[in-house]
Amino acid sequence: MEKQQIALQVKDLSIAVNTPHGALPLVQNLELDLTPGKVLGLVGESGSGKTVTCMALLQLLNPKSMTVEGSIQLHGQELNGLKQKEMRRVLGKEIGFIMQNPMNAFTPVYTIGNQFVETIRTHTALTKKQAIELAVSSLESMNLKEPSKIMKMYPFQLSGGMLQRVMIAISMCLRPSVVIADEPTTALDVTNQLQVLRELDRLRTECGTTILLISHDLGVISELADDVAVMRNGRIIEKADVFQLFDHPMHEYTKKLLQARPVLPVNEPLRKLVI
Amino acid sequence: MSLLEVKKVTHAYGSLRSFWRPQTEAEVLSDVSFSIEQGTCMGLIGTSGAGKSTLGKVILGLEKPKKGQVLFQGEDLYTMNSQMRRQVRRNLQVVFQDSYSSVNPRLTAEKIIGEPLENYERLSASEQKRTIGQLLEQVGLRAEDMKKFPGQFSGGQLQRISIARAIALKPKMIVLDESVSSLDMVNQTNILKLLDELKDQYGLSYLFITHDIRAAYSISDTLTVLEKGRIVETYYDKDEIFTSPQPAVKNLVASILPEHPRNRTIANGKHFVQV
Repeated sequence: MEKQQIALQVKDLSIAVNTPHGALPLVQNLELDLTPGKVLGLVGESGSGKTVTCMALLQLLNPKSMTVEGSIQLHGQELNGLKQKEMRRVLGKEIGFIMQNPMNAFTPVYTIGNQFVETIRTHTALTKKQAIELAVSSLESMNLKEPSKIMKMYPFQLSGGMLQRVMIAISMCLRPSVVIADEPTTALDVTNQLQVLRELDRLRTECGTTILLISHDLGVISELADDVAVMRNGRIIEKADVFQLFDHPMHEYTKKLLQARPVLPVNEPLRKLVI
Repeated sequence: MSLLEVKKVTHAYGSLRSFWRPQTEAEVLSDVSFSIEQGTCMGLIGTSGAGKSTLGKVILGLEKPKKGQVLFQGEDLYTMNSQMRRQVRRNLQVVFQDSYSSVNPRLTAEKIIGEPLENYERLSASEQKRTIGQLLEQVGLRAEDMKKFPGQFSGGQLQRISIARAIALKPKMIVLDESVSSLDMVNQTNILKLLDELKDQYGLSYLFITHDIRAAYSISDTLTVLEKGRIVETYYDKDEIFTSPQPAVKNLVASILPEHPRNRTIANGKHFVQV
């Protein structure tokens, strides 16, 4: 696979929802560049258009009720306006998607293994046996114990943290070049949260995956992101390197967001003492 | 006399009894004791599955513990007569995590907040309306909002309505079970600020149940860590939690997300070399 400078390029993206009173813009003139091996954090409060942006990138919005304008290029291939059938070939293989709530992302009536193998076999020519082997090894690399046992379990038998790691395993096993993670840790408790973030970091270090990390939690962003885009009312109001953004926020709204962080007396020496 | 006293509470959930399998019991709380003074806030921290919410239910009188006592103003919750129980219910209120499922979607905000008032206070219609308007304004909404239905509010606003309902009867204590966990950072900070103001104004006591040390730290006076149904340690000086030698507490503290990227624990990403 040839590596281009930019894995996913979003240019001039506008999303509007069609209402009886006319089109209501949700996202306007959005520009994003995702470079390989980097994590781009997208921050904003609820209702700022983070999730609808990521749905548009994946072409999951209903074209009847929503209009998506602009260009979304994955390694030079235009995604916006692709037919559903063609898009299905890209999803899962080229772009991985990690959803907010792992409990709702799986079908409760099929086993994990069943759903895992289905994903693999849709995109590759592997036999069922090979697919199971691949699934087991990718579960193993997610630090899940007894992967062959997990394959036979149903989603509701696993905890939220485990299920989220299974979802990452599924979305990563075909080595997509771009992963979109929409609030991957919001539904998890603190210890699982850090573990999931570590797994994401390991994957981008090992495979050079690009990650679009969507979150409202500046803690998650400061833990993992390299660059940050701050979103408000459907527009990106500030884009900067993560260190620069935290040290020298330019926009008033960014300053307000940074002030909203709960402040703890965990400073550097204390942190070292703790770990 | 403490406002609330929990004495050696032990609780277990049993599996379904069937012909083939004997009933097994899983102990979720064992020998939990603590007390909360009038006008203070206790933060109860633990990972998922530690028994936090069960403890909350036991304190609210929703789940009778297998052993032990819960004393509210010196009276045992589970042996008192119905008249006293009615008084306790007035003084002990709750705000849950999921605001959408804790209100009736078919009632207006006015009816939702009016329900406890109708049950306990005999107010005239106009008086009740005025009280509800005042309560809404107190939690940062407008009095006109009382005509709206839950579907017309955002998550943060709905959580404010739940809080307004909880303070309507001027209770002595409110149990906050993950009340801010589903909100974004800005909303979280605002709600925490509101709760703190209300506490000072009415001399309220809180039991603040959460997995997020950051949120618990900013509102609580004392912190208690629960692990596998047991109290690990109680910190009367909340700063002590950061230097605790207990492995369970250390683990929790180590997973606090950094407030600045320079304190991040994941460092590999920076060394990723583009191929």
